[in-house]
Amino acid sequence: MQKNKMSAVGNKKNILLKLFFSTLYLSAFTFGGGYVIVTLMKKKFVDGYHWIDEEEMLDLTAIAQSSPGAIAVNGAIVVGYKLAGAVGALTAITATIIPPFFIISIVSVFYNMFRNNFFVSQMLEGMQAGVGAVIASVVYEMGSGIVRGKNAASIIIMSGAFIAGCIFNINVVCIIIVCALIGAARTFFERGRKKAE
Amino acid sequence: MIYLKLFLSFFQIGLLSFGGGYAAMPLIQGQVVLSNGWLDMAEFTDLITISQMTPGPIAINSATFVGLKIAGLPGAVAATVSCILPSCIIVTVITKLYLKYRKMDLFQGVLNSLRPAVVAMIASAGISILISAFWGKSSGISLGTTKWSMVVIFAVCVVLLKKFKLNPVWVMLLAGVMKVGEAMIAGAM
Repeated sequence: MQKNKMSAVGNKKNILLKLFFSTLYLSAFTFGGGYVIVTLMKKKFVDGYHWIDEEEMLDLTAIAQSSPGAIAVNGAIVVGYKLAGAVGALTAITATIIPPFFIISIVSVFYNMFRNNFFVSQMLEGMQAGVGAVIASVVYEMGSGIVRGKNAASIIIMSGAFIAGCIFNINVVCIIIVCALIGAARTFFERGRKKAE
Repeated sequence: MIYLKLFLSFFQIGLLSFGGGYAAMPLIQGQVVLSNGWLDMAEFTDLITISQMTPGPIAINSATFVGLKIAGLPGAVAATVSCILPSCIIVTVITKLYLKYRKMDLFQGVLNSLRPAVVAMIASAGISILISAFWGKSSGISLGTTKWSMVVIFAVCVVLLKKFKLNPVWVMLLAGVMKVGEAMIAGAM
Protein backbone atom coordinates (compact mmCIF):
# COMPACT_ATOMS: atom_id res chain seq x y z
CA MET A 1 0.00 0.00 0.00
CA GLN A 2 2.67 2.43 1.12
CA LYS A 3 4.67 1.74 -1.98
CA ASN A 4 1.67 2.49 -4.19
CA LYS A 5 1.09 5.84 -2.57
CA MET A 6 4.68 6.89 -2.99
CA SER A 7 4.83 5.86 -6.63
CA ALA A 8 5.26 8.70 -9.10
CA VAL A 9 3.41 9.24 -12.38
CA GLY A 10 6.26 7.63 -14.31
CA ASN A 11 5.95 4.54 -12.16
CA LYS A 12 2.23 4.29 -12.93
CA LYS A 13 2.93 4.41 -16.63
CA ASN A 14 5.42 1.65 -16.10
CA ILE A 15 2.81 -0.43 -14.30
CA LEU A 16 0.29 0.08 -17.11
CA LEU A 17 2.85 -0.98 -19.72
CA LYS A 18 3.81 -4.08 -17.77
CA LEU A 19 0.13 -4.83 -17.15
CA PHE A 20 -0.65 -4.48 -20.85
CA PHE A 21 2.11 -6.76 -22.08
CA SER A 22 1.71 -9.42 -19.43
CA THR A 23 -2.07 -9.73 -20.00
CA LEU A 24 -1.50 -9.70 -23.77
CA TYR A 25 0.99 -12.51 -23.44
CA LEU A 26 -1.23 -14.56 -21.13
CA SER A 27 -4.23 -14.14 -23.39
CA ALA A 28 -2.34 -15.10 -26.55
CA PHE A 29 -0.78 -18.27 -25.20
CA THR A 30 -3.24 -19.68 -22.71
CA PHE A 31 -5.22 -22.61 -24.00
CA GLY A 32 -7.77 -24.26 -21.79
CA GLY A 33 -10.03 -21.48 -20.69
CA GLY A 34 -10.56 -19.00 -17.91
CA TYR A 35 -9.58 -21.09 -14.91
CA VAL A 36 -6.12 -21.63 -16.32
CA ILE A 37 -5.59 -17.97 -17.16
CA VAL A 38 -6.60 -16.84 -13.66
CA THR A 39 -4.03 -19.20 -12.15
CA LEU A 40 -1.35 -17.80 -14.45
CA MET A 41 -2.36 -14.26 -13.54
CA LYS A 42 -1.83 -15.14 -9.91
CA LYS A 43 1.65 -16.48 -10.72
CA LYS A 44 2.52 -13.31 -12.59
CA PHE A 45 1.04 -10.60 -10.37
CA VAL A 46 1.33 -12.17 -6.92
CA ASP A 47 4.43 -14.36 -7.14
CA GLY A 48 6.22 -12.51 -9.95
CA TYR A 49 5.62 -8.78 -9.50
CA HIS A 50 4.31 -8.80 -5.90
CA TRP A 51 1.67 -6.26 -6.89
CA ILE A 52 -1.19 -8.01 -5.12
CA ASP A 53 -1.06 -10.12 -1.94
CA GLU A 54 -2.14 -13.75 -1.98
CA GLU A 55 -5.28 -13.40 0.15
CA GLU A 56 -6.64 -10.53 -1.90
CA MET A 57 -5.92 -12.37 -5.14
CA LEU A 58 -8.05 -15.30 -3.93
CA ASP A 59 -11.00 -12.97 -3.38
CA LEU A 60 -10.45 -11.19 -6.67
CA THR A 61 -10.39 -14.59 -8.38
CA ALA A 62 -13.67 -15.48 -6.70
CA ILE A 63 -15.19 -12.28 -8.05
CA ALA A 64 -13.90 -13.00 -11.55
CA GLN A 65 -15.26 -16.53 -11.47
CA SER A 66 -18.65 -15.71 -10.05
CA SER A 67 -19.44 -12.64 -12.16
CA PRO A 68 -21.15 -13.06 -15.52
CA GLY A 69 -18.99 -13.10 -18.61
CA ALA A 70 -15.74 -14.76 -19.64
CA ILE A 71 -13.47 -15.52 -16.69
CA ALA A 72 -10.34 -14.38 -18.55
CA VAL A 73 -11.91 -10.97 -19.22
CA ASN A 74 -13.21 -10.68 -15.65
CA GLY A 75 -9.79 -11.64 -14.29
CA ALA A 76 -8.19 -8.90 -16.36
CA ILE A 77 -10.72 -6.39 -15.05
CA VAL A 78 -10.23 -7.21 -11.35
CA VAL A 79 -6.44 -7.18 -11.59
CA GLY A 80 -6.34 -4.06 -13.76
CA TYR A 81 -8.80 -2.23 -11.53
CA LYS A 82 -6.97 -3.21 -8.38
CA LEU A 83 -3.65 -1.99 -9.76
CA ALA A 84 -4.60 1.21 -11.53
CA GLY A 85 -8.33 1.90 -11.27
CA ALA A 86 -10.52 2.29 -14.33
CA VAL A 87 -7.55 3.02 -16.62
CA GLY A 88 -5.90 -0.18 -15.46
CA ALA A 89 -9.06 -2.19 -16.07
CA LEU A 90 -9.38 -0.77 -19.58
CA THR A 91 -5.72 -1.51 -20.32
CA ALA A 92 -6.02 -5.10 -19.15
CA ILE A 93 -9.28 -5.71 -21.08
CA THR A 94 -7.83 -4.34 -24.30
CA ALA A 95 -4.77 -6.54 -23.97
CA THR A 96 -6.94 -9.56 -23.22
CA ILE A 97 -9.25 -9.31 -26.21
CA ILE A 98 -6.69 -8.34 -28.86
CA PRO A 99 -5.24 -11.87 -29.33
CA PRO A 100 -8.52 -13.82 -29.69
CA PHE A 101 -9.92 -11.05 -31.89
CA PHE A 102 -7.06 -11.30 -34.37
CA ILE A 103 -6.74 -15.06 -34.26
CA ILE A 104 -10.46 -15.60 -34.89
CA SER A 105 -10.49 -12.98 -37.66
CA ILE A 106 -7.72 -14.85 -39.45
CA VAL A 107 -9.29 -18.25 -38.80
CA SER A 108 -12.62 -17.08 -40.13
CA VAL A 109 -11.05 -15.97 -43.43
CA PHE A 110 -9.57 -19.44 -43.83
CA TYR A 111 -12.80 -21.05 -42.69
CA ASN A 112 -14.72 -19.39 -45.51
CA MET A 113 -12.01 -20.30 -48.02
CA PHE A 114 -11.65 -23.92 -47.04
CA ARG A 115 -15.01 -24.97 -45.62
CA ASN A 116 -15.98 -26.63 -48.91
CA ASN A 117 -12.67 -28.38 -49.42
CA PHE A 118 -13.21 -32.15 -49.12
CA PHE A 119 -10.57 -32.79 -46.45
CA VAL A 120 -11.40 -29.74 -44.38
CA SER A 121 -15.12 -30.44 -44.41
CA GLN A 122 -14.59 -34.10 -43.44
CA MET A 123 -12.16 -33.02 -40.73
CA LEU A 124 -14.63 -30.50 -39.33
CA GLU A 125 -17.46 -33.01 -39.50
CA GLY A 126 -15.45 -35.57 -37.56
CA MET A 127 -14.51 -32.93 -35.02
CA GLN A 128 -18.23 -32.41 -34.32
CA ALA A 129 -18.28 -35.88 -32.80
CA GLY A 130 -15.07 -35.01 -30.92
CA VAL A 131 -16.39 -31.77 -29.47
CA GLY A 132 -19.62 -33.59 -28.56
CA ALA A 133 -17.53 -36.09 -26.61
CA VAL A 134 -15.58 -33.30 -24.87
CA ILE A 135 -18.83 -31.61 -23.83
CA ALA A 136 -20.31 -34.92 -22.70
CA SER A 137 -17.32 -35.53 -20.45
CA VAL A 138 -17.41 -31.98 -19.04
CA VAL A 139 -21.12 -32.37 -18.28
CA TYR A 140 -20.48 -35.75 -16.68
CA GLU A 141 -17.80 -34.30 -14.39
CA MET A 142 -19.77 -31.19 -13.43
CA GLY A 143 -23.03 -33.10 -13.06
CA SER A 144 -21.59 -35.86 -10.89
CA GLY A 145 -19.99 -33.18 -8.71
CA ILE A 146 -23.44 -31.74 -8.08
CA VAL A 147 -25.08 -35.12 -7.48
CA ARG A 148 -22.30 -36.04 -5.03
CA GLY A 149 -22.88 -32.75 -3.19
CA LYS A 150 -26.18 -34.35 -2.07
CA ASN A 151 -27.93 -31.00 -1.91
CA ALA A 152 -31.57 -31.69 -2.80
CA ALA A 153 -32.23 -28.14 -4.01
CA SER A 154 -29.26 -28.21 -6.40
CA ILE A 155 -30.29 -31.57 -7.86
CA ILE A 156 -33.89 -30.38 -8.33
CA ILE A 157 -32.67 -27.17 -10.03
CA MET A 158 -30.41 -29.19 -12.32
CA SER A 159 -33.16 -31.63 -13.36
CA GLY A 160 -35.72 -28.85 -13.68
CA ALA A 161 -33.46 -26.71 -15.84
CA PHE A 162 -32.66 -29.69 -18.06
CA ILE A 163 -36.33 -30.58 -18.58
CA ALA A 164 -37.23 -26.93 -19.21
CA GLY A 165 -34.41 -26.40 -21.72
CA CYS A 166 -34.14 -29.71 -23.51
CA ILE A 167 -37.74 -30.95 -23.56
CA PHE A 168 -39.88 -27.81 -23.39
CA ASN A 169 -37.39 -25.63 -25.33
CA ILE A 170 -37.73 -22.81 -22.82
CA ASN A 171 -35.40 -19.89 -23.55
CA VAL A 172 -32.00 -20.10 -21.80
CA VAL A 173 -32.29 -16.47 -20.65
CA CYS A 174 -35.56 -17.23 -18.79
CA ILE A 175 -34.06 -20.29 -17.11
CA ILE A 176 -31.02 -18.34 -15.89
CA ILE A 177 -33.11 -15.47 -14.52
CA VAL A 178 -35.50 -17.82 -12.70
CA CYS A 179 -32.61 -19.79 -11.16
CA ALA A 180 -30.84 -16.58 -10.09
CA LEU A 181 -34.05 -15.44 -8.35
CA ILE A 182 -34.37 -18.81 -6.62
CA GLY A 183 -30.77 -18.39 -5.40
CA ALA A 184 -31.45 -14.90 -4.08
CA ALA A 185 -34.60 -16.12 -2.31
CA ARG A 186 -32.67 -19.00 -0.75
CA THR A 187 -30.01 -16.61 0.56
CA PHE A 188 -32.60 -14.31 2.17
CA PHE A 189 -34.38 -17.33 3.63
CA GLU A 190 -31.13 -18.63 5.16
CA ARG A 191 -30.27 -15.20 6.53
CA GLY A 192 -33.69 -14.98 8.19
CA ARG A 193 -33.29 -18.43 9.68
CA LYS A 194 -29.83 -17.61 11.05
CA LYS A 195 -31.21 -14.48 12.68
CA ALA A 196 -34.09 -16.46 14.20
CA GLU A 197 -31.66 -18.91 15.79
CA MET B 1 -30.42 -2.41 -37.90
CA ILE B 2 -27.83 -5.16 -37.77
CA TYR B 3 -25.39 -3.53 -35.33
CA LEU B 4 -28.13 -2.99 -32.80
CA LYS B 5 -29.19 -6.63 -33.14
CA LEU B 6 -25.60 -7.80 -32.67
CA PHE B 7 -25.25 -5.51 -29.69
CA LEU B 8 -28.42 -6.77 -28.00
CA SER B 9 -27.60 -10.43 -28.58
CA PHE B 10 -24.01 -10.34 -27.40
CA PHE B 11 -24.82 -8.04 -24.50
CA GLN B 12 -27.23 -10.71 -23.27
CA ILE B 13 -24.61 -13.40 -23.74
CA GLY B 14 -22.09 -11.37 -21.74
CA LEU B 15 -24.62 -10.50 -19.07
CA LEU B 16 -26.02 -13.96 -18.43
CA SER B 17 -23.17 -16.42 -18.87
CA PHE B 18 -22.21 -17.37 -15.33
CA GLY B 19 -19.46 -19.85 -14.63
CA GLY B 20 -17.05 -19.43 -17.51
CA GLY B 21 -15.95 -21.91 -20.16
CA TYR B 22 -18.87 -23.79 -21.57
CA ALA B 23 -21.47 -21.77 -19.65
CA ALA B 24 -21.72 -19.28 -22.49
CA MET B 25 -22.32 -22.01 -25.07
CA PRO B 26 -26.09 -22.55 -24.58
CA LEU B 27 -26.64 -18.77 -24.57
CA ILE B 28 -24.66 -18.34 -27.77
CA GLN B 29 -26.61 -21.16 -29.37
CA GLY B 30 -29.88 -19.55 -28.28
CA GLN B 31 -29.03 -16.13 -29.69
CA VAL B 32 -27.00 -17.01 -32.73
CA VAL B 33 -28.68 -20.20 -33.99
CA LEU B 34 -32.23 -20.18 -32.63
CA SER B 35 -33.27 -16.53 -32.29
CA ASN B 36 -31.40 -14.87 -35.16
CA GLY B 37 -30.35 -17.68 -37.49
CA TRP B 38 -26.91 -16.16 -38.04
CA LEU B 39 -25.30 -19.60 -38.03
CA ASP B 40 -26.74 -23.05 -38.67
CA MET B 41 -26.10 -25.86 -36.21
CA ALA B 42 -23.12 -27.25 -38.18
CA GLU B 43 -21.47 -23.82 -38.36
CA PHE B 44 -22.12 -23.30 -34.66
CA THR B 45 -20.44 -26.61 -33.87
CA ASP B 46 -17.48 -25.63 -36.09
CA LEU B 47 -17.28 -22.39 -34.11
CA ILE B 48 -17.17 -24.25 -30.79
CA THR B 49 -14.51 -26.57 -32.21
CA ILE B 50 -12.41 -23.62 -33.42
CA SER B 51 -12.81 -21.93 -30.02
CA GLN B 52 -11.50 -25.04 -28.34
CA MET B 53 -8.41 -25.07 -30.50
CA THR B 54 -7.48 -21.40 -30.21
CA PRO B 55 -6.74 -19.34 -27.11
CA GLY B 56 -9.44 -16.98 -25.89
CA PRO B 57 -12.85 -17.35 -24.26
CA ILE B 58 -15.67 -18.99 -26.25
CA ALA B 59 -17.87 -15.90 -25.93
CA ILE B 60 -15.23 -13.53 -27.34
CA ASN B 61 -14.35 -15.95 -30.14
CA SER B 62 -18.02 -16.30 -31.06
CA ALA B 63 -18.64 -12.57 -31.00
CA THR B 64 -15.73 -11.93 -33.34
CA PHE B 65 -16.64 -14.83 -35.65
CA VAL B 66 -20.35 -14.05 -35.90
CA GLY B 67 -19.82 -10.28 -36.12
CA LEU B 68 -17.38 -10.75 -39.02
CA LYS B 69 -19.73 -13.09 -40.84
CA ILE B 70 -22.81 -10.90 -40.42
CA ALA B 71 -21.43 -7.37 -40.73
CA GLY B 72 -17.70 -7.45 -41.50
CA LEU B 73 -15.02 -5.88 -39.32
CA PRO B 74 -17.28 -3.20 -37.76
CA GLY B 75 -19.70 -6.00 -36.87
CA ALA B 76 -16.91 -7.98 -35.21
CA VAL B 77 -15.87 -4.96 -33.15
CA ALA B 78 -19.48 -4.20 -32.20
CA ALA B 79 -20.23 -7.78 -31.14
CA THR B 80 -16.98 -8.19 -29.19
CA VAL B 81 -17.39 -4.90 -27.32
CA SER B 82 -21.05 -5.67 -26.51
CA CYS B 83 -20.02 -9.03 -25.18
CA ILE B 84 -17.54 -7.61 -22.65
CA LEU B 85 -19.50 -4.49 -21.72
CA PRO B 86 -21.63 -6.19 -19.00
CA SER B 87 -18.46 -7.66 -17.44
CA CYS B 88 -16.80 -4.26 -17.42
CA ILE B 89 -19.68 -2.68 -15.56
CA ILE B 90 -20.57 -5.50 -13.17
CA VAL B 91 -17.06 -6.65 -12.28
CA THR B 92 -15.85 -3.09 -11.68
CA VAL B 93 -18.80 -2.36 -9.39
CA ILE B 94 -18.37 -5.60 -7.46
CA THR B 95 -14.59 -5.13 -7.12
CA LYS B 96 -15.21 -1.63 -5.83
CA LEU B 97 -17.79 -2.88 -3.33
CA TYR B 98 -15.54 -5.76 -2.32
CA LEU B 99 -12.52 -3.53 -1.73
CA LYS B 100 -14.81 -1.42 0.47
CA TYR B 101 -16.96 -3.99 2.33
CA ARG B 102 -15.30 -7.39 1.73
CA LYS B 103 -18.56 -9.31 1.86
CA MET B 104 -20.57 -11.08 -0.77
CA ASP B 105 -22.92 -13.77 0.51
CA LEU B 106 -25.95 -12.81 -1.63
CA PHE B 107 -23.74 -13.14 -4.64
CA GLN B 108 -22.51 -16.58 -3.62
CA GLY B 109 -26.11 -17.62 -2.90
CA VAL B 110 -27.25 -16.70 -6.38
CA LEU B 111 -24.26 -18.51 -7.81
CA ASN B 112 -25.00 -21.69 -5.86
CA SER B 113 -28.38 -21.93 -7.54
CA LEU B 114 -27.05 -21.06 -10.98
CA ARG B 115 -24.32 -23.67 -11.07
CA PRO B 116 -26.61 -26.72 -11.40
CA ALA B 117 -28.76 -24.91 -13.97
CA VAL B 118 -25.68 -24.10 -16.02
CA VAL B 119 -24.67 -27.78 -16.05
CA ALA B 120 -28.14 -28.72 -17.27
CA MET B 121 -28.04 -26.15 -20.05
CA ILE B 122 -24.57 -27.18 -21.19
CA ALA B 123 -25.91 -30.74 -21.36
CA SER B 124 -28.82 -29.61 -23.46
CA ALA B 125 -26.59 -27.65 -25.88
CA GLY B 126 -24.29 -30.69 -26.05
CA ILE B 127 -27.25 -32.85 -27.05
CA SER B 128 -28.12 -30.56 -29.95
CA ILE B 129 -24.50 -30.69 -31.12
CA LEU B 130 -24.61 -34.49 -31.04
CA ILE B 131 -27.94 -34.57 -32.89
CA SER B 132 -26.39 -32.38 -35.57
CA ALA B 133 -23.32 -34.63 -35.68
CA PHE B 134 -25.20 -37.95 -35.83
CA TRP B 135 -28.08 -36.99 -38.12
CA GLY B 136 -26.80 -33.88 -39.95
CA LYS B 137 -29.41 -31.88 -41.76
CA SER B 138 -31.73 -34.88 -42.38
CA SER B 139 -35.20 -33.97 -41.24
CA GLY B 140 -35.95 -36.85 -38.89
CA ILE B 141 -34.08 -38.79 -36.25
CA SER B 142 -34.29 -42.46 -37.12
CA LEU B 143 -32.00 -45.48 -37.21
CA GLY B 144 -31.93 -45.40 -41.00
CA THR B 145 -30.61 -41.84 -41.25
CA THR B 146 -27.97 -42.23 -38.55
CA LYS B 147 -24.35 -41.64 -39.59
CA TRP B 148 -22.91 -44.63 -37.77
CA SER B 149 -19.30 -43.61 -38.43
CA MET B 150 -19.92 -40.49 -36.35
CA VAL B 151 -21.41 -42.53 -33.51
CA VAL B 152 -18.31 -44.75 -33.51
CA ILE B 153 -15.96 -41.71 -33.55
CA PHE B 154 -17.92 -40.21 -30.64
CA ALA B 155 -17.62 -43.43 -28.64
CA VAL B 156 -13.87 -43.69 -29.31
CA CYS B 157 -13.44 -40.05 -28.20
CA VAL B 158 -15.35 -40.63 -24.97
CA VAL B 159 -13.08 -43.57 -24.16
CA LEU B 160 -9.95 -41.55 -25.00
CA LEU B 161 -11.11 -38.73 -22.75
CA LYS B 162 -12.41 -40.69 -19.80
CA LYS B 163 -10.16 -43.71 -19.74
CA PHE B 164 -6.91 -42.38 -21.15
CA LYS B 165 -7.38 -38.77 -19.97
CA LEU B 166 -6.16 -37.50 -23.33
CA ASN B 167 -6.04 -33.73 -23.87
CA PRO B 168 -9.35 -32.52 -25.44
CA VAL B 169 -7.58 -30.69 -28.26
CA TRP B 170 -5.87 -33.93 -29.34
CA VAL B 171 -9.12 -35.85 -29.04
CA MET B 172 -10.87 -33.41 -31.36
CA LEU B 173 -8.05 -33.48 -33.91
CA LEU B 174 -8.09 -37.25 -33.81
CA ALA B 175 -11.84 -37.26 -34.37
CA GLY B 176 -11.30 -35.15 -37.48
CA VAL B 177 -8.54 -37.45 -38.75
CA MET B 178 -10.72 -40.53 -38.16
CA LYS B 179 -13.52 -39.00 -40.22
CA VAL B 180 -11.15 -38.11 -43.08
CA GLY B 181 -9.86 -41.69 -43.02
CA GLU B 182 -13.38 -43.07 -43.08
CA ALA B 183 -14.37 -40.80 -45.97
CA MET B 184 -11.31 -41.83 -48.00
CA ILE B 185 -11.96 -45.52 -47.46
CA ALA B 186 -15.63 -45.03 -48.34
CA GLY B 187 -14.53 -43.09 -51.45
CA ALA B 188 -12.12 -45.81 -52.54
CA MET B 189 -14.81 -48.46 -52.23
